[in-house]
Amino acid sequence: MLGLQEYLQSYRSDPAIKIVEWEKQEGLVEVPSRDLPEVLTYCLAMWPRLMWLTHVVNDERQLGNGFCIYLVLHFPGKDFSLTLVAKGIESNFPTLASIYPALNWSEREVQDLFGLQAVGHPDPRSLVLHPGWPKGFHPLRKDYKAGKESKEFKRAPLVFPEMLGDGIFQVPVGPIHAGIIEPGHFRFYTIGEAVLHLEAQLFFTHKGIEKLIEGKSIQEGLRIIERVCGVCTVSHALAYCEAVEKLANLEVSRSVLLWRTILAELERVYNHVGDIGNMCAGVGFALGNANGSQCKERLQRLNLEFFGHRFLRGAVVPGGIKSIPSPKASEAILNRLLELSHDFEEWIPMLLTHDGYRQRAVTTGVLKLEDALNFGVTGPAARASGIPNDWRELHAHLCYPELKVKSMTEQEGDCWSRLTVRVKETRESFRFLHTLLSEGMKKPEPEIERLKLFSDHKFHAWQPAWGCVESPRGTDVVWLMLDEEAKIYRCRVRSASYANWPVVPLTVPGNIVPDFPLINKSFELCYSCCDR
Amino acid sequence: MWSLLLRKLKMGRLTEKNGNSLTPHMASNLPLKFRKSLQIRHLDCGSCNGCDWEMAALGNSLYDHQHFGIDFVASPRHADLLMCTGPGSTQLLNAARETYEAMAKPKWVMAVGDCAINGGVFKGAYATEGGIDGILQVDIKVPGCPPKPDDLIKALLEFMGKR
Ligand code: SF4
Repeated sequence: MLGLQEYLQSYRSDPAIKIVEWEKQEGLVEVPSRDLPEVLTYCLAMWPRLMWLTHVVNDERQLGNGFCIYLVLHFPGKDFSLTLVAKGIESNFPTLASIYPALNWSEREVQDLFGLQAVGHPDPRSLVLHPGWPKGFHPLRKDYKAGKESKEFKRAPLVFPEMLGDGIFQVPVGPIHAGIIEPGHFRFYTIGEAVLHLEAQLFFTHKGIEKLIEGKSIQEGLRIIERVCGVCTVSHALAYCEAVEKLANLEVSRSVLLWRTILAELERVYNHVGDIGNMCAGVGFALGNANGSQCKERLQRLNLEFFGHRFLRGAVVPGGIKSIPSPKASEAILNRLLELSHDFEEWIPMLLTHDGYRQRAVTTGVLKLEDALNFGVTGPAARASGIPNDWRELHAHLCYPELKVKSMTEQEGDCWSRLTVRVKETRESFRFLHTLLSEGMKKPEPEIERLKLFSDHKFHAWQPAWGCVESPRGTDVVWLMLDEEAKIYRCRVRSASYANWPVVPLTVPGNIVPDFPLINKSFELCYSCCDR
Repeated sequence: MWSLLLRKLKMGRLTEKNGNSLTPHMASNLPLKFRKSLQIRHLDCGSCNGCDWEMAALGNSLYDHQHFGIDFVASPRHADLLMCTGPGSTQLLNAARETYEAMAKPKWVMAVGDCAINGGVFKGAYATEGGIDGILQVDIKVPGCPPKPDDLIKALLEFMGKR
């Protein structure tokens, strides 16, 4: 990364670029907001596979910094992450979305929630806040105190582009859907059966979690973070704990790492088998759906039995894990998993060799490599389009370096590829769990990491820290800043779904409307952790 | 084909409870007509999707809600019961009310999960209502974060007067 460091050092600007920190894996550089577009253009030109981890705006006016932008980038292959900080923003900043479309939503969100203007933004419509909120309502500004605004919300029509021409129809769907799924509004512009264009209006489940969490203690924060998304509980909790532990300069013990990895993989397995089943539901293929859901149910029961919660809530705590199962329990878990993985190998071929299903899924909903890169797509969706980005491989953390994780990729980018990526990853996860649990079995009864130790820790106040975990849907990032009483000052959750939603509408045109359920399920994104 | 049959034979029946053995004798406020089968519409009012996944789990072969005469329907017009999850997010309120209004009478509402009952962990967030009580009239509450599928089945069966 020397080239980048030299570039930044020799960059002429006023005030000058300040390299605050530059270590092996992480860097923090202050760049005037005016120069951010140029620096980002340079990075993108030099490292086309650059990943964005998160984009955070923080109201630091009380610290005399004005509003600050934190843009965290990762350089795959180098295991290096760079935070670019632009301080002293007053009311506007030059947009980055026109250079790097991945930041499109994030900047629109900033316009809504902070009332700052992204100058030159290609699509400045509101995003998170639907039309109908009182004027000047920017809840993430520190001078906003929760009031009666929710009562003043008046429904106003959502804004959609017009599309005119002979035989063009608009098909509105949602926000309430048929079936047990989350709310979102989709508007299909169709000609005949083919979709010309799709607009997705999300954020119906926006609750204001990032405001709610401010001022809460670290423990209270964890409870909320675990509930940002029901099915990625462990990933969010781990990312949050990683950030907290960075701020406490805390290294957790080997057995904690081991069990955290096991939890993360258990979460991946139960989600992946469920998602494989759901994809079948998307085309009405009952056999696949039944097998997927029943396998998922068994895995969730295992979670309940050994970790106390079907979604593994409460298992991860800052500084440790709640309880470490005994070697005997590890053996029991392992045996159960072996059974389930045999079962998996029995039903998976039935899907993969099913002609009708194959024909529906192959060439459906293609995500082009170029789009995936531009929009910073993550997770199985990115890997199915040929981008070998798996956070478990890119970044040395937990027990992943020993497991030698390889990103499972496919090249076509269609629904079938996303299915095969999931199948391969499930197999890998079963294998990892086997290795990890065998280690858990060998160890004598390990002493439980004490939480008490943790609460005595000193935390760095007013410093940014991030944590990152590969969830079943992609890389989840939690960004955190604490105040001097170790209360949360700002916490931003960039979930994998948030990163991936913008590309879903791009994959639909050219397909027919009945293919949408399949395409949507092949991405299997949450609404809740996107809307927050 | 053969492998499928073999698998079927090997696994046998997965569904745990036997719906036919239930006796419809318990006290229930539900009119007799509705006790045999119940049509449900799911309504997400800003949940974290945990509750929703547990509701979806009712459909897997181990619980199989259909053999109790319980079914999830695609339109509120076909529904007797509305199962609501989440604290009631502001931007969804209108849609939630319309869904309720679209249901034919008589109709009932179930609040699923702590969020729907009183806002849960999201109580006090600026774009929530602190439970759906304020929006719709709730008839049944099922606490839990999320309530387990077993709890949901139990609540539904009790509501139908079966056990
Ligand atoms: S009650 Fe718990 S599981 Fe259900 S929506 Fe609320 S936070 Fe999620």
